[in-house]
Amino acid sequence: MIHSRFLASVALSALMLGATPAISLAETPPDTLIQAWSIDDIISLDPAEIFEFTASEIAGNSYETLIGYDPQNVSDIFGKAAESWTVSEDGMTLSFKMKEGRTFASGNPITAEDAVFSLVRAVKLDKSPAFIIGQLGITPDNADAMIVQTGPMSFDFKMDKPYAPTLVLYCLTATVASVVDKKLAMEHEANGDFGYDWLKTNYAGSGPFMIKDWRPNEAVILERNPNYSGDATPMARVIYRHIPETSTQRLLLEKGDIDIARNLTAEDISALQGNADVKIESGVKGSLYYLGLNQKNEFLSKPEVRQAMKYLVDYDTIAGTIMAGKVKVHQGFLPEGFLGAYNENPFSLDVAKAKELLAAAGVPEGFKVTMDTRNTPEITAMAQAMQQTMAQAGIELELIPGDGKQTLTKYRARNHDIYIGRWGPDFQDPHTNASTFAYNPNNADDATSKPLAWRNAWDIPELSAATDAAMVEPDAAKRAEMYIADQKTVMETGPFVIYAQEIEVMGERKNIEGVIVGPSFNDNSFAHVTK
Amino acid sequence: MVSNTLGGRRGALWLRKIASTLGTVAVTFLGLLIVTFLIGRVVPVDPVLSVVGDRATQAQYDAAYQALGLDRPLVEQFWIWLQKVFQGDFGTSNLTTRPIAQDIARVFPATLELATVSIVIGTAFGIPMGVWAAVRQGKLVDQVVRVVGLVGYSAPVFWLGLMGLLLFYFKLDLISGPGRVDISYEYDFTPRTGLFLLDTAMQGAWGAFGNVFSHIILPASLLGYLSLAYISRMTRSFMLNELAQEYITTARVKGVPEWRIIWVQALRNAAVPLVTVVALSYANLLEGSVLTETVFAWPGLGQYLTNSLQNADMNAVLGGTLVIGAIFVGLNMFSDLLYTLLDARTRNRT
Repeated sequence: MIHSRFLASVALSALMLGATPAISLAETPPDTLIQAWSIDDIISLDPAEIFEFTASEIAGNSYETLIGYDPQNVSDIFGKAAESWTVSEDGMTLSFKMKEGRTFASGNPITAEDAVFSLVRAVKLDKSPAFIIGQLGITPDNADAMIVQTGPMSFDFKMDKPYAPTLVLYCLTATVASVVDKKLAMEHEANGDFGYDWLKTNYAGSGPFMIKDWRPNEAVILERNPNYSGDATPMARVIYRHIPETSTQRLLLEKGDIDIARNLTAEDISALQGNADVKIESGVKGSLYYLGLNQKNEFLSKPEVRQAMKYLVDYDTIAGTIMAGKVKVHQGFLPEGFLGAYNENPFSLDVAKAKELLAAAGVPEGFKVTMDTRNTPEITAMAQAMQQTMAQAGIELELIPGDGKQTLTKYRARNHDIYIGRWGPDFQDPHTNASTFAYNPNNADDATSKPLAWRNAWDIPELSAATDAAMVEPDAAKRAEMYIADQKTVMETGPFVIYAQEIEVMGERKNIEGVIVGPSFNDNSFAHVTK
Repeated sequence: MVSNTLGGRRGALWLRKIASTLGTVAVTFLGLLIVTFLIGRVVPVDPVLSVVGDRATQAQYDAAYQALGLDRPLVEQFWIWLQKVFQGDFGTSNLTTRPIAQDIARVFPATLELATVSIVIGTAFGIPMGVWAAVRQGKLVDQVVRVVGLVGYSAPVFWLGLMGLLLFYFKLDLISGPGRVDISYEYDFTPRTGLFLLDTAMQGAWGAFGNVFSHIILPASLLGYLSLAYISRMTRSFMLNELAQEYITTARVKGVPEWRIIWVQALRNAAVPLVTVVALSYANLLEGSVLTETVFAWPGLGQYLTNSLQNADMNAVLGGTLVIGAIFVGLNMFSDLLYTLLDARTRNRT
């Protein structure tokens, strides 16, 4: 087959004259899962630093956290590296007991020393995701006193306040709380960096797969972990190939040269519907699509204008046609599936109502405003749809296209009018989104905390206090009610037009079974995949 | 005595020429780097974002800002970078977290291999087509060659690439798909030079060689076609100029065979300016074609530089700029050298 392809290629090089088609059926090796994904966002493989979608998924398949949850039912929390835990009477200490007899891929045993090392390390390295643990009152200065080993297989995790138990547990399911092989990492320590420089491009975990190789902008290769404490993975290898162009991904999938395509567009998905060799797998993700309306803009700061904007988005067309299955309509700041998620969608396209509101705001003829728009095909298409519907009420929406980092730079500096964005939760607890959509303790330009509410200059001392209160509410039902109230407030008065929740769609060859598409990227699992 | 003086003068002339070339190269590089550095700093992208992401706290942001040296004046930043370069340290990429030299050593061979195969195709077909069109000026052949050239100039490379994949890879199954080599052959050879055709051939991994060839041929043909469009047009123009010269008429009068007049006498003279055309085409290809690299998932310099620029990863951008600068300077010097060999008049001038 290869010989014939080679000859055919030679023939092609002679300007494709007289070449005879060489029939061959491409397929991937039976023990190797090959995926095409745009993986150029990976900047580190150290769990203390990983925050990108792609790297989170890789860590989810190669590291183990202390605690996990069932991706189908996130309220079902269970121990992964931890056997069990108890909460002290004052609610400020969790005592963990580790599972016995488990090992890292290196063969080193997993002990409480590793768990303590990993958590303290993450706080002290203080990379982007460190706040997930840091928000529980653990700082680089007090970490050694707050996270303390109490026995070979037990340790205490202390906090500065009696935070809601679900919040604490969900924080410990995040990638940043992965258990790292202390012995291996410290063998590579340099200048007191806890092995960070080495671990950025290497691996020291215990998950079902090991990270074998990362070639930036080219590939990531995972291999079966022979020392994994659970069932051995059916696949010996999982390969992520960096294929940035979605049409190329589709061609490779249809041809059978890859098993899974990860970045298919709505157009690709509908084109694949008729292909019997390919199936579509999907799962609801936690990411939300929204518009951020800067309150420094004289028009957008009017409450009626903010309200009117929410009636000028054609939610159904965006979800059903433009994104065709890649999102669902969702308007609350907590994604469906989260504790306290408010799943009612009160807004729909209603131009007459929007006009009334604009008249009440004193701008019956509308106004002109700009929107910084990331230049990807899907974001651009959604922005153009909004441009059309807003024009019906006299709002002239000028789209300013830009690269992702460029629009984000402007947004973070509060120099936008409107920003069309996507926000993914950092962990599975409602506080993750409440602390950004409904929290802004200091609206000054030089504030140190800059949540989304700050970026849109929304000054909300009362709502911020409510978010703080929900963070420490021990009763889960009461806590859920507090978040529902917060979401209603943001819907009615907030500068956010939240319009959709992401659905992750994968195109798979029909022989692929066992892929788990979880609510966050570190829940996506390939440990049980067969083909 | 006389010959000694002459030899000494010639030696001094050579030395002066070398010194002047080196001076020009140094000034060119410095100018190139200053401009690239400034462009990188005025691009409205915050380089800290690539390092700490969107969720970092202000303290983390400030720490990264300082670690990148962005709190210092621009001139100082550039001076620090330049000093390190002279010590052989090109810095680390924010995106890949690896030394720039290591990154470029990884991505450049991919581009070099693709560009080399492309320029061979472009030259092998472009020059004869240009000669043919010049000889048959105004005839059907000439029109066809011009249309082929026009299409090569005007068709979007992105579209041509996708259509090529659809036809030759997907429909006809003549070639392998995107990427440099199939996974099943990846471990059949050790990528010593990073030029997979060379590596596989040197190690006798002929199965892998065939696979690498079947991967490279389509993107190389595509880029070769784009070069061909330029080379054939320029060849035609140079040849028309040569064929109108008096020495051609004299040769014809003398009864020199027509093939010899065209392919030996006229083409040899046309070859002098053609060297520059081919060298420039090659240099353009060596910069990396980001669109072709994207469609064909080719992990080359074009993709690397574009990604770095979009993320304001300045060490990577400056490192890549140095490589491209070196390519242009190197190829210019090479074509100068070829000039001297091909054209006796330039030889005598020294």
